[in-house]
Amino acid sequence: MQAKNAERAAVKLVVDNIGKTFTLHNRESVKVEGFQAISFAAYTGELLALTGPSGVGKSSVLKAIFRTYLTQRGTIMFHRSNGSVVDLASCSESDVLMLRRREIGFVTQFLKVLPRVTALQAVASPLIDAGEYETPSLYRAGVLLDSLGIREELFHLSPLTFSGGEQQRVNIARGVIAPKELLLLDEPTASLDEKSSGKVLELLAGLKDQGIAMIGIFHDQNKIDQVADRSYEIVREQKQEEPHLMHLEAA
Amino acid sequence: MLLEVQNVSKVYGTSCGNCLELTGVFHNRAICPVCNSVVAINSISLKARDNEILGIVGESGSGKSTLLQLIYQDISASSGKIYFNGLEDDDGEPLNILGAPQSVVARLRNKDMSMIYQNPRLGLNFLFSAGGNIAQRIISGGERRYRNIRENGLSLMERIEMESSRIDDYPEAFSGGQQQRIQIAKALSSSPRILLLDEPTTGLDVSVQAKILDLIKELQQEMGFSMIIVSHDLGVINHLTDITVVMKHGSLVEYGLTDQILEDPQHPYTQLLVSSIL
Repeated sequence: MQAKNAERAAVKLVVDNIGKTFTLHNRESVKVEGFQAISFAAYTGELLALTGPSGVGKSSVLKAIFRTYLTQRGTIMFHRSNGSVVDLASCSESDVLMLRRREIGFVTQFLKVLPRVTALQAVASPLIDAGEYETPSLYRAGVLLDSLGIREELFHLSPLTFSGGEQQRVNIARGVIAPKELLLLDEPTASLDEKSSGKVLELLAGLKDQGIAMIGIFHDQNKIDQVADRSYEIVREQKQEEPHLMHLEAA
Repeated sequence: MLLEVQNVSKVYGTSCGNCLELTGVFHNRAICPVCNSVVAINSISLKARDNEILGIVGESGSGKSTLLQLIYQDISASSGKIYFNGLEDDDGEPLNILGAPQSVVARLRNKDMSMIYQNPRLGLNFLFSAGGNIAQRIISGGERRYRNIRENGLSLMERIEMESSRIDDYPEAFSGGQQQRIQIAKALSSSPRILLLDEPTTGLDVSVQAKILDLIKELQQEMGFSMIIVSHDLGVINHLTDITVVMKHGSLVEYGLTDQILEDPQHPYTQLLVSSIL
C-alpha cells in the first residue's frame, strides 16, 4: 500500500528480524513457536496493520514491542521524540517503564481495570497521569465517551459491568484520550457494531492527523482498507513435518 | 539510582566458606550440605529507582522478608554492599550502608527509608497512642515543636481515612486493618524516599486488603516515593508493582517487568508460580 502522508512521515519504530519461542519448562520443556523473522517499520501519522490468520502471532508481536513478551532474536528500534533511538528488546526495564509512561501506549483487546473504578475515572486517568487537572480530565473523558455512544447514566458505574462492546469503547477512549507517540492497537473494533466501529475509525484517523504512529490488528479487511496506510502480513514458516500430530496418531 | 543492593548474602551458622556456591536455586537447597549453615540470602543484587515500585515474590522460606530486613538494617548482612542515593563517605565516594556509622544508619531509618511490617506489633509501639507512634517518627526526623507534630499527626490520620478523634487511642483499641493504616501513617510521617512493605495486607479480609492497597497506591502517586513490596500474592504484586523479582532458596530467580513476569515467565520456577494462580 502507498503511504498517504509520505511527505511528512518520519520513522518511529523499526522491527528487524525478531523471533520468539516459548519454552514450557513444566511441560517437559516443549518449545512453542511464537513468531519468526518479523521485520517492518512504523511511521508517524500512519497506521500499519498487522495481518495474517488467527494464531499466527499478531498479538504476540504487539506484546513484544511493549516488552510484555521477551524476544530471543532481533531488534526493535524505537525513535524517541528527542532524537535518540532505543532497542525495546534489550533496554533496561526502567527505560521501558519510562517510555510506557510517556511515549508508547497499548490498547489491549480486553479492558483491564479494577472493579472499584468508574468508567469516567478509567478514561480520565491517563490524562491525569500526564499532568492534567482532575476536573477538566473527567469532563474530557465524558465528552469522549459520549462521542463513542456510551450513555451518560453509565459514566459513574464500573465498566466491568458493561457489555463487551461498551467495555471495548471505554478501553479505546482510555487509549486515545492522552495519545502517546506510538499506539499499539489489538483488535480495537472486534466486538463493535458498524456504527460504533465507524466512530472508532474516525478517532484513529484524527490521531493520524496529530502525527501519532500506530500499529494495529483488525479482524476484517474492510476496516484495514479504510484506516490503514500500510500493512504487513505475518506468515508462519512451514515445517516439513508435523511431529505432534503424528505422535498423537501413533498413540 | 535510589537504592542499590550489590551481591548481598546472609548466612546463619558458621560458614564453611563454600556455602554460597553449594546452595541456591540451581542446587535446589538453602542449607549447605557441608556445614549445615542456612543460606537465607544468596548473592542478591537489585536496584530501585525514584518513583519505581518493585515487588518481591516467592514461596515462604525463600528469603523475601529477610532481604527486606537486610535493606532496612533490621538484621545485618554477612557480605555485600548496599548504597543509598546521596550517602557518601568522607572522600565523597558512595557509602556502603553495611558497616556505615550507626548515626548514618539511624538517620536513614528515621527519615528516608520506612518499613511497614506484616505484624503491626513490629512497626508500632503498643505502649504509645496512635498519635504518639506517629509523633515518635516525626520527632526522630528532627521536628520538636508540639503544635507542628500534633497537626502533622492529625492530617496524617485524616489522610489514612481515620477519625481524627481517635488519635489518642492505643493500638490495642484498633482492628488489624486499622493498625495497618496507623503503621502507614507512621511510616509516611517522615516523607521517606522509599517505603518497604512486608506482606502489608496478609491476614486481612479482602475488602480491607483492597482498601489498604488502594490507599498505598494513592499515596505513592501523590507523594512519589519508591516502594519495595514483599508478597506471596501475585494479585497484590500485579495490582501495585512495575517490576517483579522472583526468589527461591535465597536466590534471585527472575527479574522483569511485572506484566512480563506474569504473561511470559522464563524460569521454570516462575512458570510454576504463575500457573498456580487460582
